[in-house]
Amino acid sequence: MKLFEIKDILGAQILCGEDKLGDEISLACGCDLMSDVLRFAKEDVVLLTGLTNIHVLKTAEMANIQCIVFVRDKTPADEIVQEAQELNMVIMKTKLPLYEACGKLYKEGLGDKLYE
Amino acid sequence: MSSIYEMDYNVGSRDFAAAGDASRSIKRTLQQIGVDTSVVRRIAIASYEAEMNIAIHSKGGKMHLAVNSDKVVVATEDFGPGIENVDLAMTEGWSTATDEIREMGFGAGMGLPNMKKCSDEFSIESSVPEGTRIKMIFKL
Ligand SMILES: Nc1ncnc2c1ncn2[C@@H]1O[C@H](COP(=O)(O)OP(=O)(O)O)[C@@H](O)[C@H]1O
Ligand SMILES: [Mg+2]
Repeated sequence: MKLFEIKDILGAQILCGEDKLGDEISLACGCDLMSDVLRFAKEDVVLLTGLTNIHVLKTAEMANIQCIVFVRDKTPADEIVQEAQELNMVIMKTKLPLYEACGKLYKEGLGDKLYE
Repeated sequence: MSSIYEMDYNVGSRDFAAAGDASRSIKRTLQQIGVDTSVVRRIAIASYEAEMNIAIHSKGGKMHLAVNSDKVVVATEDFGPGIENVDLAMTEGWSTATDEIREMGFGAGMGLPNMKKCSDEFSIESSVPEGTRIKMIFKL
């Protein structure tokens, strides 16, 4: 799935990385526990989370995750967006809560093993 | 055998804004040296969990990176309080982290097991109240 499709499905707003919306991603991970992200997430994922602290960004950087979606209308601090930009990441935010955001993406076929 | 590259990093206790920056630096250094991407990812993840543990659970400590031609070594030591039962601490899901730490996204009790999983060799020594030492070796 292309990142712009994810943006459309979630009605998301792009905070940085607008130029990379053509990038393809095949899995998603919805999680507020960064240690679980570090343990279980594959590289090629979009990370959906309700946390907005700097450790979300550091976790994504360590795990080679290129796209973060902040849910429940949470806005990260400007410095976080700034740093994400320097790291060439795509950052979005959506009004949807985590469960709904993940559910919508799953329904549209993101990370659905049945259709691989 | 002498190392190609060595570096020391300090990790402050409860300095959560800076915690993780040593691991970021380690990751970027390894990328510059040209270490294989998937190995860099394992080292970065293991280092970050180790660094977060020093910041969260200890009175502060140090990390040491050594890059050799055939391996990367990440070693940590802290100034206490040590871990009473290391076997228990190594169990997935076991954690003494507070709600404050959980709200930050840590404290799932997955850090130590994941460091072991990410590294090719993992050793931990801890004594109360002196502190904890961890050595992780990653083959190149
Ligand atoms: N450097 C350390 N100093 C003291 N205690 C530690 C240290 N690292 C880990 N621990 C203890 O081991 C437990 C498990 O660590 P870990 O697997 O990383 O999970 P978490 O950090 O999520 O609690 C911690 O909750 C803590 O009690
Ligand atoms: Mg930990």
